[in-house]
Amino acid sequence: MPEDVSDLVAAAKDGDRSAFDELVRRTYAETYTLAYRMTGNDDDARDVTQEAYLRAFRGLKRFRGDARFTTWMYRITANCAATHMGKRRKHRHEELDESVPLADEHPASSPELRMEVTDLRARLVEAVEQLPPKLRSVVVLRDVYDLPHEAIAAELGISESAAKVRLHRARRRLREDLYPLPSEESARAV
Amino acid sequence: MRCEQVVDDLADLAAGHTEVVAPDHVAHVEHCLRCQAEMVQYRKLLRALRTLRTEVLEPSPGLLADVLAGIEEEAERHAIAGLLRGRRVAYLGGLAAATAAAGGAIVLANHARRRVKLAG
Ligand SMILES: [Zn+2]
Repeated sequence: MPEDVSDLVAAAKDGDRSAFDELVRRTYAETYTLAYRMTGNDDDARDVTQEAYLRAFRGLKRFRGDARFTTWMYRITANCAATHMGKRRKHRHEELDESVPLADEHPASSPELRMEVTDLRARLVEAVEQLPPKLRSVVVLRDVYDLPHEAIAAELGISESAAKVRLHRARRRLREDLYPLPSEESARAV
Repeated sequence: MRCEQVVDDLADLAAGHTEVVAPDHVAHVEHCLRCQAEMVQYRKLLRALRTLRTEVLEPSPGLLADVLAGIEEEAERHAIAGLLRGRRVAYLGGLAAATAAAGGAIVLANHARRRVKLAG
């Protein structure tokens, strides 16, 4: 079994099933992590991870070695998550409005609970999870996974300008929630 | 220029992407302490978000087995589809050969008929 991911990819492209399985073993936790960050729950993240590897398996011949395998998987995962969440939304007959201030429904926003959640990392994770899915996807892909705007737009099926608008909104909410300016903090205290 | 007009640029500036921000917006931030203070907060946010990249969550048990089983099933389906396609190709190939042979036979028959005519 080759050590290198690129060698595994080459072997898998030549039809070596065990090489593809090894690629899955090495990358599935990372793929699941992105799926979880985008969907915000374990059930959906599992479905998205499974679907992403099926698509990768079917499309492996089209994978050109110029991108890293993990980056390629991120893009597939992003696309699967967007499709999955779109289906879910339709299924539930509810349109999640980006402009709804969900942060206020968030228990950690109440002062007592905010005191309990002192760990900044935990607060960051919570704040990201509390973003509406459309905003969360974009900020996760751009600011956590460093995907370029055009890749994000392509995988989410939106225009680049829409992706940028969502990114700005997401960043602004997170910034206000986690790193308020002194003026915002005094406004909150009132 | 008002601070509100550059608010969406502050994170890009904090990330060092000055090239995507309009020069007059950059100029405003250079002279505005309020925007600079906000930019500092964005810088902290972006740094914190970046650290999430290194965090790998532990998937719930059974996910790997489920993924591999799904691939196995897909590979089987693919193999079967390949076999059927192979058969269909063989069948179409056989049909083509039969048609060519039949065509040849007709040509031969015509030849024969002509020859018969010539002979007759
Ligand atoms: Zn300003």
